[in-house]
Amino acid sequence: MQIHIPTPLRTYAGKQPIVEVSASTVAEALTELTAKFPELRKHLYTEQGKLRSFVNVYLNDEDIRYIAHGGNAPVKESDTISIIPSIAGGAPNTATLSSADVLTPEEMARYSRHLILPEVGEQGQLKLKAARVLCIGAGGLGAPLTMYLAAAGVGTLGIVDFDVVEASNLQRQVIHGTSDIGRPKLDSAEDSLKAINPNVNIVKFPARLSSENALEIFKDFDIIADGTDNFPTRYLVNDACVLSGKPNAYASIFRFEGQASVFATEEGPCYRCLYPEPPPPGLVPSCAEGGVLGILPGLLGIIQATEVIKLILGAGEPLVGRLLLVDALAMRFRELKLHKNPDCPACGTHPTITKLIDYEQFCGLPSKSAAPAALVNGIPQMQPEELKRRKDAREDLFLLDVREPYEFAIAQMGGHLIPLNDLPKRIRELDPKQEIVVHCKVGGRSQMAAEFLSQNGFKKVHNLAGGILAWSEKVDQKVPKY
Amino acid sequence: MLRIGQAQFDAIRRHGEEAYPNECCGVLLGHMEEDGNTVIDAVSAENTRSDSAHNRYHIAPQELIRIQHQARRRGLDIVGFYHSHPDHPAEWSKTDLEEAHWIGCSYVITRVAGSAKGNVEVMARCRALETNSFLLAGTGEEDKRLKRQPIEVVTEVGAR
Repeated sequence: MQIHIPTPLRTYAGKQPIVEVSASTVAEALTELTAKFPELRKHLYTEQGKLRSFVNVYLNDEDIRYIAHGGNAPVKESDTISIIPSIAGGAPNTATLSSADVLTPEEMARYSRHLILPEVGEQGQLKLKAARVLCIGAGGLGAPLTMYLAAAGVGTLGIVDFDVVEASNLQRQVIHGTSDIGRPKLDSAEDSLKAINPNVNIVKFPARLSSENALEIFKDFDIIADGTDNFPTRYLVNDACVLSGKPNAYASIFRFEGQASVFATEEGPCYRCLYPEPPPPGLVPSCAEGGVLGILPGLLGIIQATEVIKLILGAGEPLVGRLLLVDALAMRFRELKLHKNPDCPACGTHPTITKLIDYEQFCGLPSKSAAPAALVNGIPQMQPEELKRRKDAREDLFLLDVREPYEFAIAQMGGHLIPLNDLPKRIRELDPKQEIVVHCKVGGRSQMAAEFLSQNGFKKVHNLAGGILAWSEKVDQKVPKY
Repeated sequence: MLRIGQAQFDAIRRHGEEAYPNECCGVLLGHMEEDGNTVIDAVSAENTRSDSAHNRYHIAPQELIRIQHQARRRGLDIVGFYHSHPDHPAEWSKTDLEEAHWIGCSYVITRVAGSAKGNVEVMARCRALETNSFLLAGTGEEDKRLKRQPIEVVTEVGAR
């Protein structure tokens, strides 16, 4: 009868694809085979004499493990025995030994300036190649962060962003170009990053990070870099990092100043150790409201990328337990010591946060799914459409604009300008008996102004919801957006 | 060196796209030479790891026997196997090495990139990107290793 020898074993069977033996059972046939070709024995059998687990033996087309009598099954002259080593494999689900263990010649050329640094070298470069970093946001901070991590050879970059490129982004988000306006930021980012380094695996998450998806998304990454622009997400990212045990390379910017640190390491503090509570809503304006010097997120994003790389390489001293404060106008860098708070609800010795919460509620923001609130802190909110209706009906409304003069010069809607900070001094210019609608750019400052007026005897005050931007979008497109 | 015909090279990459987001797998038939393997035909096989097909593959031995018989009738040997890595580099993994037992054969891996993972919809379109070949070198389980093998794609590969 014939025994079919697989390609890898033919060297040990006299280079033959088929060996003829005479036997009355499968076991006998195999014994004769290994008697003829003793070298085959260690490839087929373990030291204990059992068939190796990956060696499949088939009698005709049946696995001998599953036939009657198994290895002692009787055989006829016309039967065929086939020896088939198993064929299987698959992609790793964690960073383990793999050919990410070796740099290709192209990679050696590309990263040569890293390879010649003693603190990096081939070992370090391979660590970068095996690393998986999740960047939250492809905007001001995310742009320089992802570009430099891609250039450095970080193997897998996950990016979370659901936004679309706008003209006002281009002043600082250098990963996007003029021709990308209108495209999803993720697609634009992917193109830029692939052009810099095609070796990087980009994983896109075109979704809003939420309590429902954060832990699932974080699962496949080693380090999180928080480049978000709002408080609810900062707390969400922090808590998710603490719960998943992943460090958070953090940076934030405001006008001309920035902060950077590394939170949520085992020994170090987390974001909540520093800021147990968010600021009241509206107190800290977003970049859209407050403005930001274009270079600032560039500077802080690179600091963030530096910390990520140091964490991957295990080199230098990361900003764990240190808050770096950057004053770009004075070009001064200061540092504050941060301590891990043993009573921290997230990372303390007895944490009370064991799952992700409703962060919008935590930060005092109205729930996004709710209809626009009619009343916020006692101030009636007026939608732009209603203002138009009442103006067209020639109702006696006084429109108060609390923005800055330079904003008024860019775009205005016929309001009387008293900048917010001047309001206490100039309150006498207003008539408390008159119905007043207060507006600003987006609705935050005007809400504060309306509350101030209401506390000082003005009983007929409204806040224009969404500000002049909403007016421009919904009522009068001719009013420039800025 | 892995020599392979253009048509066969395209076919194994296309198979990766068809199977996405799961791993595809198949058998490479041809001849083993002094300086490497020549692939005359690529036969697709079923991935029996339906429990984890997005990152695991397995070819049933029965299917392999059938392929081997057919190959023998055509005068061809098994010279390797191919599979795909959906959204993952075309590099061998620890699993790939552990499960590789065909010393002297080429293990060919193609990266197929499609949509993002996570909380999003899978897009219908995907693209086969890099294809790499790795020769399983060594003499047995103790010293086996996967060595990167250059691929030469020829317009038409002739049978010996």
